[in-house]
Amino acid sequence: MSNPLICVRGLTKKFGDLTAVDGVNFEVAEGESFGLLGPNGAGKSTIMCILAATSTRTSGTVEILDKDPEKFGPLVRAHLGVVPQQDNLDGELTVSENLFIYGRYFGLSKKFINNKIEELLEFAQLQEKRDVKVEALSGGMKRRLTIARGLVSEPDILLLDEPTTGLDPQARHILWDRLFRLKEQGVTLVLTTHFMDEAEQLCDRLVVMDKGAIMAQGSPAGLIKEYSSKEVLEVRFGSERNADVALVLRNICERMEVLPDRILMYADDGEKLLEEITVLKLHPTTSLVRRSSLEDVFLRLTGRTLIE
Amino acid sequence: MSTAIEIAQSRSSSAMYAGRPQVLLERSWLAFRSTTWVPIFTGFIEPVLFLLAFGYGMGNLVGNISVGSASIDYTMFIAPGLLATSAMNGAVYDSTWNVFFKLNESKLYKTMLSTPLGPMDIALGEITWALLRGLVYSIGFLTVVSVFGLTPSVWAVLAIPAASLVAFGFASFGMAITSFFKTYQQMGFVTFVLLPMNLFSGSLYPISVYPDWLEKIIMALPLWHGIELVRAFWFGNINSGILVHIFYFLIMIAVGLFVTSHRLRALFLR
Repeated sequence: MSNPLICVRGLTKKFGDLTAVDGVNFEVAEGESFGLLGPNGAGKSTIMCILAATSTRTSGTVEILDKDPEKFGPLVRAHLGVVPQQDNLDGELTVSENLFIYGRYFGLSKKFINNKIEELLEFAQLQEKRDVKVEALSGGMKRRLTIARGLVSEPDILLLDEPTTGLDPQARHILWDRLFRLKEQGVTLVLTTHFMDEAEQLCDRLVVMDKGAIMAQGSPAGLIKEYSSKEVLEVRFGSERNADVALVLRNICERMEVLPDRILMYADDGEKLLEEITVLKLHPTTSLVRRSSLEDVFLRLTGRTLIE
Repeated sequence: MSTAIEIAQSRSSSAMYAGRPQVLLERSWLAFRSTTWVPIFTGFIEPVLFLLAFGYGMGNLVGNISVGSASIDYTMFIAPGLLATSAMNGAVYDSTWNVFFKLNESKLYKTMLSTPLGPMDIALGEITWALLRGLVYSIGFLTVVSVFGLTPSVWAVLAIPAASLVAFGFASFGMAITSFFKTYQQMGFVTFVLLPMNLFSGSLYPISVYPDWLEKIIMALPLWHGIELVRAFWFGNINSGILVHIFYFLIMIAVGLFVTSHRLRALFLR
């Protein structure tokens, strides 16, 4: 196996008394799509800034393309495409000017960039908007432009911090499609997200983070297999009754999570479990059998939901 | 490995400087083409209005003014002072308000520092742009003044490089100070300092009219050095005294560049 593009060992970052990242280890291989999944404040963005060579670490080692980003900041940044959480586009310039000048920041020739712009406008589906000031774009368009901008320099690694946060469902799906194409082209993606569906769709491998530490890592399917059951039965008895009913349900189900609004019951066969509940004459107001997701993995690992 | 990356790699050397400050000028030019030409015009017209109001208004009451042994027409006396002041204003406009916006509102520098650019590229590029604005103001003003026949000789052309040095100093220092400001209220401090300096630094009358202590304070301030420097070239009074003024601005430029680049690093590359 070739050397990993990113190698992080014992990474810790403290802001005063607060430990934002606490002894994190992971590697990212070439062509891999790697995710950091966790709720807000888990330390994902802090890690992204350190990988992007725009933030220093308190301790531990980080190697990106065999270089320490703290010592070789500009050199490392020359190989990265960065898509920050806030778009940070240049509001005084048009769509194509944004791409052009960003390439110039990388020291690329005007000829190279001008050819590249056509390709990127097509990728971002913004050909018609090329001479429009970025202020006039929708949220989804801005995000696509930010991703296109990050690709101007043909980076070895694309870093995406919460790529679809704040977008409406339709814009999210367009964006996922674009990111999936990049993945197919073999671009190494590192992304943070607190959306489990995003992590499942886009990541080959991911780490689940909470409070600055990694709780588990693996492929989405592998994590679900390891930390959850095949299916989940969600039942609601009304917020008044949930706790009381849960005491009874414990007799028929090994693992449950009692949330304020519903009870999650983990089983290999959800329908069969539901039949047993019916036999007990507990009459849930609603019931739903679904397959396990990363949300359940997170709940299992931390006792909390991803979006609170 | 792609060509794109090879080029970028060969050019990024140190953590502070990628050797590409000119791309900041390219960016400013792109932005300037479409949006910000109005302040250029007002910045250029301001000293001309001052010259008209004070030169022709006050000038008729004051008559000639004695500087050392020479006696000079009042309008002629204030013209180089206003030239230095307009160079300062042009440089300060870009290096304070525009820089403040890019630091705190549009986060432009943060974006730039996520590319291989270093803090020194940004400091040099932005300060040079501000200096160019100061230079444009100076040339515009000199042109108008020449049309009015107020230039003593062709040597007055040398006042342009002098004014550029003044603009460079103020741009560099202005950006350094702005890098510490977080709110618009704090930015009010810039106006608070500039207005009295503008009025009292001897552009409109010789500072010898002040009591000794006040004269000393004014002589410590940069605008007085700027005005004296530009005035010396304007009238062709080249003597060793101007070295002090030049030195004053070189220090200002060096300190400004150093502080700005280190502040940018502290703010965005923590």
